[in-house]
Amino acid sequence: MPKVKVQRKSTAVDMTAMCDVAFLLLTFFMLTSNFTQKEAIQVVTPSSISEIKIPETNIMSILVDKDGKVFFGIDKADNRIALLDEIAKENNLTFSKEEKYAFSLTGTFGVPLNKLKAFLDLPPEARDLKENAIGIPCDSTDNQFKSWVRLGRKVNPALRIAIKADQKTPFPKIKTVMSTLQDLRENRYNLITSLEEAPKGL
Amino acid sequence: MAELNVENKGGKKKKGAKKMSTRVDFTPMVDLGFLLITFFMLTTTLIKPQTMEISMPSKDKVTDENQTKIKESKAITILLGKDDILYYYFGMQKDGVDPELIKTDYSAKGIRDVLLQKNAEIVLKISDLKKEKITKKMSDEDYKKRATEIKGLKSSPVVLIKASDDASYKNLVDILDEMQICNIGKYAIVDITEYDLSLIKKLNG
Repeated sequence: MPKVKVQRKSTAVDMTAMCDVAFLLLTFFMLTSNFTQKEAIQVVTPSSISEIKIPETNIMSILVDKDGKVFFGIDKADNRIALLDEIAKENNLTFSKEEKYAFSLTGTFGVPLNKLKAFLDLPPEARDLKENAIGIPCDSTDNQFKSWVRLGRKVNPALRIAIKADQKTPFPKIKTVMSTLQDLRENRYNLITSLEEAPKGL
Repeated sequence: MAELNVENKGGKKKKGAKKMSTRVDFTPMVDLGFLLITFFMLTTTLIKPQTMEISMPSKDKVTDENQTKIKESKAITILLGKDDILYYYFGMQKDGVDPELIKTDYSAKGIRDVLLQKNAEIVLKISDLKKEKITKKMSDEDYKKRATEIKGLKSSPVVLIKASDDASYKNLVDILDEMQICNIGKYAIVDITEYDLSLIKKLNG
């Protein structure tokens, strides 16, 4: 009997098609992506059935962590620089070019004004440290949070306010934030929540 | 003849027109492609966060003229207490008689049942509207417009949400959520009063 000859085939596969797919997906992800802004603190938002999506731009974000510390941030680098200029003018502070640049890259921050300069001088990785998450003073004696919101609105009137608070935050802390906003006649705002399924049959 | 052949071969080599394969190994390019895909997939957020839109009453002093009076029979007051407990009462204090304060929780059988019962008329109308939307293919805008019309009807209850200092932010969002689930159009977050606190105290003994 003749032996069955096993034909040797080349193991090289044509990679062109795979390459096409890979780059197609890559293009898709590059075009649809918007990077997650680093936030000063991690908060666990409560869930709701609301399905309204937050707009992508013109957001003034207010973070409240579970101890009631307040963090603040607006989007777009240009607006951030303008905001820093305004706050500097009002409080007789000066910021160097490097500090302004550092501020334009900061998503949300939570330091009082007297520590802001030192905070911006820190190297980027040191700014994320826990000891730098102090929170913006928001009480009746020294309401810096109020001036941030007021100047933020002045810099970009189209801003929408989004409050993102931890679900364990005690209500009085939220109330101070809300009443500060009320003082500024900011009566409409969004509460950021995570999605929860709506009960059926209603 | 033989000589000619040899010469020919030699001539070809000298001209250097050797045909090279145009095939390139794509494997490293695919590697790179997938590496970048992985990076973008991990850094992107495709899901945008959900929000809840609320409007708070403005702090401007309300004069007696433009104050909105609410019918007492339509008023429901919800008090958010500590440890995820809430209390509610209908109406208000009348002739020195306190309204009955009832203790309940945030579950579907708790406050939701109460609100649905009080708001039965509106809930029915909204569910009819939803059916109509599916059968008649109503546009979203039309639907929203009619839904707000229904929710604004005079017969709809008015809910006053009063959070005590012991309540958490989650409680507030939960109760606002219930307003949406129960199709309540008229509600407001108001400061808790001493009177409300005394009612809770009395109930808890």
